[in-house]
Amino acid sequence: MYGNDVIDPNEPLNAAETDAYDAAAAHDDQRAVVGDDFDALIAADQRIEPRDAMPDKYRETLIRQIAQHAHSEIIGMQPEGNWITRAPSLRRKAILIAKVQDEAGHGLYLYSAAETLGIDRQELLERLHDGRQKYSSIFNYPTLTWADCGAIGWLVDGAAIMNQVPLCRCSYGPYARAMIRVCKEESFHQRQGFEILWNLMRGTESQQAMAQDAADRWWWPALAMFGPPDTGEAAAKGGHTEQSMAWGIKRFANDDLRQKFVDMMVPQAEKLGIVLPDPELRWNDERGHYDFGDIDWDEFWQVLRGDGPCNAERISHRSRAHEEGTWVREAANAYAAKQATREKQKESAA
Amino acid sequence: MTEAPERATERSWPLWEVFVRGKRGLSHVHVGSLHAPDATLALRNARDVYTRRQEGVSIWVVRADDVTASSPTEKDSFFDPAADKIYRHPTFYDVPEDVEYL
Repeated sequence: MYGNDVIDPNEPLNAAETDAYDAAAAHDDQRAVVGDDFDALIAADQRIEPRDAMPDKYRETLIRQIAQHAHSEIIGMQPEGNWITRAPSLRRKAILIAKVQDEAGHGLYLYSAAETLGIDRQELLERLHDGRQKYSSIFNYPTLTWADCGAIGWLVDGAAIMNQVPLCRCSYGPYARAMIRVCKEESFHQRQGFEILWNLMRGTESQQAMAQDAADRWWWPALAMFGPPDTGEAAAKGGHTEQSMAWGIKRFANDDLRQKFVDMMVPQAEKLGIVLPDPELRWNDERGHYDFGDIDWDEFWQVLRGDGPCNAERISHRSRAHEEGTWVREAANAYAAKQATREKQKESAA
Repeated sequence: MTEAPERATERSWPLWEVFVRGKRGLSHVHVGSLHAPDATLALRNARDVYTRRQEGVSIWVVRADDVTASSPTEKDSFFDPAADKIYRHPTFYDVPEDVEYL
């Protein structure tokens, strides 16, 4: 069968398969010693739990970040969902359905984590639908060919894992625990993406060109997923990095994670035979890292503000799906109410 | 006497806590929560959300409202009675080292 000799199983393909993941998932509970004070718990690298007292700003920051993360998961179902009916084989179709279902599941884990902070899921969905809350800009790019499904798995999920592994030891317990589940499951997403590209690169010339074209289009948006630089001219004004780091919500600077991602992906691209679309990409012996070219931050901000290729389409699709599901939710409510009434009648008759 | 059906939205779906037994012989462990209109759908949703990779052989769902929890603020006094009874642990007892099966 194809697919069996793809990569050395002993080599980590992504951050979730390295020691970094285990380190992040392992948590040393010292609460009995540290006590329940917020600052003391943060200082001792302990988890904050839903019933702990916490600063309003911490709660708001987490609600915003977890909601944005949850929204990204469910909006992220769309670009790939686009290819379910046109997947090139039954095997690919089954995999793609499982992957898209995973994204829905990840969204649910994350909405649950957000709800422990005292906000209703419905409220969060409303904020998504009316644009008050955002999702990752990456999902505003279109999936033009089948190879895009490969590029999304390999690059987009690869970048997501790199971002998410440190979140497994985020200071907020429910978020950290949700991320452990998410990271475990994302691993298959990246591998299946790599495998799609691997097979295309060993196929016909036009299949190879398709894979290369997908990588050309997704590479830079994937690098932008780590967010604007932490320092220098392009750094976001009024960014949250510093405070989030102090609170243990964020563990690494955007630029550090981006560099780790590049260092991990370059050898994988070489193995695939894909040329990453960056003439400045080269190994820097002095730094012990790959140098890479400048990211187009104007494009990033433009897409984030709503001016990307698919922003309007993603939200209108999402709103429509929600509205069209209304009757299902109402029917479920009506059935539950009827059953409850019958139970009561049975009890009072007995 | 039946009441007019309410035009309820998802907001009113109650929260359920989900417990999964990983395999036979282990206990059910809390894995998370979800919203559902009734117990039957809560179970089905729990299967889809929490056991997509054969993580369980049995699921319990419990209405979150039905869970009574000890208060974290009274943690110290609540668990205090056990704190000074170290003789409940086998290591409390001084016995000679060369006794077998003890």
